[in-house]
Amino acid sequence: MGFEKFGTVSFTAETKAADFISFLEKGKVEATKCKKCGRIYFPPRMQCADDLSSDVEWIDLSDSGKLLTYTTVQYGPTGFENDAPYTLAVVEFNNGVRVFGRLDKGLPPAEIKVGMQVKAEPLKLPGDKISYQFVKA
Amino acid sequence: MPKDVAIVGAGQSAFVRGCAMAVRELCFEAFTEAMDGLKIGAKDIDGSIVCSAPEYDKQRSPSGVIAEYLNLIPKPTMYVETVCSSSTTGLRVAYSLIKAGLHQVVAVIGFQKMSELSSRDAAERMGRGGDIVWESPFGLTMPAGYAMYARAHMATYGTTEEQMAKIRVKNSSYGSMNTKAVYRKVLTLEEIMQSEYVTSPFKKFDCCANADGASCIILASRDVAAKFTDKPVWIMGLGAATDSTSMSGRKLLTGLLSAQDAAKQAYKMAGVGPDDIDVAEVHDCFTISEILAYEDLGFAKPGEGPRLIEEKQTYVEGKIPVNVDGGLLSKGHPIGATGGSQLRTIFKQLRGEAGNIQVKDPKIGLVHNIGGVGIYGNVIILGR
Repeated sequence: MGFEKFGTVSFTAETKAADFISFLEKGKVEATKCKKCGRIYFPPRMQCADDLSSDVEWIDLSDSGKLLTYTTVQYGPTGFENDAPYTLAVVEFNNGVRVFGRLDKGLPPAEIKVGMQVKAEPLKLPGDKISYQFVKA
Repeated sequence: MPKDVAIVGAGQSAFVRGCAMAVRELCFEAFTEAMDGLKIGAKDIDGSIVCSAPEYDKQRSPSGVIAEYLNLIPKPTMYVETVCSSSTTGLRVAYSLIKAGLHQVVAVIGFQKMSELSSRDAAERMGRGGDIVWESPFGLTMPAGYAMYARAHMATYGTTEEQMAKIRVKNSSYGSMNTKAVYRKVLTLEEIMQSEYVTSPFKKFDCCANADGASCIILASRDVAAKFTDKPVWIMGLGAATDSTSMSGRKLLTGLLSAQDAAKQAYKMAGVGPDDIDVAEVHDCFTISEILAYEDLGFAKPGEGPRLIEEKQTYVEGKIPVNVDGGLLSKGHPIGATGGSQLRTIFKQLRGEAGNIQVKDPKIGLVHNIGGVGIYGNVIILGR
């Protein structure tokens, strides 16, 4: 329970990685790292596929990253009709982890450039929901 | 080249918007064309594989209903799904069943009746195409996923929106000749460039349309193929691979790793290379998808895909004709039927039965069929 708070429209309430929400509420965007082999996961997961271990810890994604690509969606699917236009993006952080998410809606379109430096920060949404977005670093 | 399993028949229904038939009736149309000219009846088909994307289906477990309607019972039937590449995955399973000796003749039936759902329900399904735990909550759609590949290709290689539009110019010119295509209008570069943005850098005409349709491919073992047809088309190579569903998990954003892996496997199995391909059908759900396919299949080096279309090398008269039936962009994309329709085009090309889009004397053809935003990649090489 607890994960139904994630994002504009959520599709599942349960995951072992639901602590992601508690971290967002504390102002942090986190990935997970397998304590045994060191593999970093985003999306976070509490079960390492490489050595089938559940000994996994949370790590901070507080450094900045590079915008690899983006698209501005004009027509959203169900639940997002009034949300469009919004910009989806993939960012590569300095530790090599790639993260999909949304760009800050306040960022003027002319300023959005592949290669720009951004940071991930939590974003409170209406109805006690929470997500994260990329803001200019 | 291996001559173990042949395609002996291939058919499709017309791809239309809002089809006034039940799913089983649509499948009957494809099946009838696939059986046309064969020296067999339904009783000689000893197994069937039914393929679709189930979230669009009203009928639960459609294989049984369709097998019954086509007179394919009591022989076994089963259901196979990899979204947009379902029917080429069906082909892979059928090939394996025949190679294993369990079956001699197998029908692969793909369908999708997208109008079975209201547009509101379809939009809801659209939002669940990605990773529903981590990515759908952001409003990710299929067009948006491919649009991010387009943006990365533009940023890395300088690919332009006009180059992408030229893919649609080509495909619409051939689509106008395809009586089974949903979109028959010839589009000019200006019309495409002036259409409204859907998800940048894609405009309306960079995207294929939903459609209702069915396809059917009939495969036979070497031992019996000659009993059914004098012009079998042999499956020379098969490749299949899977990439992460999440966009966060993608290691490459300027090409589809699943397609690259599948192509390598298929070329190796067939003992041929990209230069040996005489005609190809690739999964152009969006204009950029065809450019990525040129590069992922080795028709062009990474970043040089746009040059192929600029030089018109993928037209019927060019070095490597691609999607000369109009592609998904013109034919429409009834998800589960698409791969079978691509196979049908190459089947007709290799038999010299492609009419006014016939490529000159092709000996080897290729099909590239992708599920989701590059999640599943299937590449099939066919020869005479």
